[in-house]
Amino acid sequence: MSWALVLGLAAGAYAFKLLGFFALGQREIPAVIERCMALIPAALIAALIVKDTIGDGQHLHLDERILGVAAATVAVWRRAPFVVVIVIAAAVTGGARAITGA
Amino acid sequence: MHDPVLRPVLTASVVLGAAVGVFGISFGVGAVSAGASVAQACVMSLLVFTGASQFSVVSVIGAGGSTLSALSGALLLAARNGAYSLTIGRVLPGSVARRMVAAQLTIDESTAMAVAQREPRAQRTAFWITGLSVYVFWNAGTLVGALIGTSVDPVTFGLDAAFPAGFVAMVWPVLGHRRGRVAAGLGAAICLALIPVTPVGVPILCASLAILVGIPAGHSPERAPGRFPETPI
Repeated sequence: MSWALVLGLAAGAYAFKLLGFFALGQREIPAVIERCMALIPAALIAALIVKDTIGDGQHLHLDERILGVAAATVAVWRRAPFVVVIVIAAAVTGGARAITGA
Repeated sequence: MHDPVLRPVLTASVVLGAAVGVFGISFGVGAVSAGASVAQACVMSLLVFTGASQFSVVSVIGAGGSTLSALSGALLLAARNGAYSLTIGRVLPGSVARRMVAAQLTIDESTAMAVAQREPRAQRTAFWITGLSVYVFWNAGTLVGALIGTSVDPVTFGLDAAFPAGFVAMVWPVLGHRRGRVAAGLGAAICLALIPVTPVGVPILCASLAILVGIPAGHSPERAPGRFPETPI
């Protein structure tokens, strides 16, 4: 990971945060832009879940991760606290690997 | 503090901060296993301070994606803080320096806690307490996680599954309304289809096209989204 990436992201992220405090003032964002922006987390995070659960570089690869993420999904659905979700995901994935010897 | 309005805010922001601290630990572990140094992980949390973007960058770089694709995806995720700053900027007047600090603390949690309050004074207090609490815990968590990450093998302990599990927790609240579900389903499908045929990182960027389902005005009584945070991080 390069420092340019770290600092570039820092600058860009801060620029967005400054927008409403300085540049835009009292102006309204058009409703259509607002509706689309509100969906950014849904679209991108869902994609990241796919990539991190069954992606392996440029390949699709089913392994123990899918068990851990499935268990974590059940935990999220059952409204488990965040820390429990993470521990379950890691424990199930790591446990499955220990059993299969992967 | 005995103020009946502020006391619950204080309690909630500390609890929230502690939960974010755990998230920070998982970020720190993930960042160093993706090739970041401890210093890079910590500087990212100090300066970027917006969880989803940081996770996204580490996830793409860890899988071998280019700097440009990692940066673009992360900036898209950071854009919503711009919408939050519009809301917070209205209730937080003050000097330039004060607003510059407030801007850095403008994230999902601080905005959510602020807009949940009724009166401007409570909104400001909730914003500052939550923002500072999350800032401290997030950075402390990152440092701890980065130090742990350099000493354990993430794959053995299943820590590579911690990232997508965290993402599941983050995306869950937006699945509560139909448009969120459609955008998430479409984003996931685009990513799945593109992983085998495009460079790493590109599928994530292309998945952002799924936000276009937000274009039709629709007839549902859904509150205009965007102003209020829907993800916990």
